[in-house]
Amino acid sequence: MTASEQVFADTIARDQRVEPRDWMPEAYRKTMIRQIAQHAHSEIIGMQPEGQWITRAPSLRRKAILLAKVQDEAGHGLYLYSAAETLGADRADLTRRLIDGRQKYSSIFNYPTPTFADVGVIGWLVDGAAICNQVPLCRSSFGPYARAMIRICKEESFHQRQGYELLITMMGGTAEQREMVQDAVNRWWWPSLMMFGPPDADSPNTAQSMAWKIKRHTNDELRQRFVDMSVPQAEALGVTLPDPELRWNSDRGHHDFGTPDWSELQRVISGGGLCNTERLARRRAADEDGAWVREAAAAHAARRQEAHP
Amino acid sequence: MTKEIKHEWPLFEVFVRAKRGLNHVHVGSLRAADHEMALHHARDLYTRRNEGVSIWVVRSDDVAASSPQDKDAFFAPSGDKVYRHPTYYSIPDSVPHI
Repeated sequence: MTASEQVFADTIARDQRVEPRDWMPEAYRKTMIRQIAQHAHSEIIGMQPEGQWITRAPSLRRKAILLAKVQDEAGHGLYLYSAAETLGADRADLTRRLIDGRQKYSSIFNYPTPTFADVGVIGWLVDGAAICNQVPLCRSSFGPYARAMIRICKEESFHQRQGYELLITMMGGTAEQREMVQDAVNRWWWPSLMMFGPPDADSPNTAQSMAWKIKRHTNDELRQRFVDMSVPQAEALGVTLPDPELRWNSDRGHHDFGTPDWSELQRVISGGGLCNTERLARRRAADEDGAWVREAAAAHAARRQEAHP
Repeated sequence: MTKEIKHEWPLFEVFVRAKRGLNHVHVGSLRAADHEMALHHARDLYTRRNEGVSIWVVRSDDVAASSPQDKDAFFAPSGDKVYRHPTYYSIPDSVPHI
């Protein structure tokens, strides 16, 4: 082991943070860039499913809340691109890789949002699952990522609560509104469980990521935690989670639950989800339509620089 | 990094003073065409929930930093100067207020 490798190993062993200018193994740098970029892309693409509802939200209060939430997603994407840039990545290059389909984003955002109840269920289940995933990442061994995650987790809590409150309101409405909530829960429950990734047995990178302390719990541990959290919340709301195998197991002290359709996850990841094409086309259009603004701002700044060097 | 990407907007480091009486603290970075735009973006990005009363932005290119590789040699001069600390000096317990 070289002296640099020893310093890196000691930093990880002592649970200290790796900082951008420290020496790190090339594989660690690459894995971190990929993880942070994929997370950033998810936040940016994640603006779309709910963004469509901003103009259609039923009251000024709901519009303002949704606008603030979607703005937060943009902010989270930018904190994360900032963290990726400390590793030598370039955010314009990362955006290009997203648009070209060379880098992924979370497959959850390839599902459609046909009713307003979807906005509530995304806040409750999708953001709830994201919080489960992200809270342990506040202790990621890579400093800039851990610090970005702390900011993000603080803000996600608002996202989850506004969603749950929206659903409570709808459940207190008409029979039709209650059906709408149940229908949205039926559609989002299984995809939310898939957000934690494949089962541990099929997750070959988990061991290395845990050794580097860039992952603190396995996919199955986090999935179990999410199920245990969600069951009493569903009960309080008065909805049924669409899993006939879901029941409390007093021996384990956890809920047993059914197996998600992993072939569906594979299909959506490889581009076969309902909205993959639409999401990327929208992101590409935003990039292309905004190009002249970025160029004009750069030209303006250059001209001012010439006039007042 | 591929060649066709133009770095039209430089990187800025952002520092936020959370409230009066505290130092500005580094919070992250962003891209902007110039300093004015960097300040506006920093406000939108890093102070959406009253996190700050003052913001500094600095071109990342303009930041000089010590190198982590030279850390030991660079900070060594203060390592052997224990007499800079008050606990180095023994004073009888009977002496008050010192």
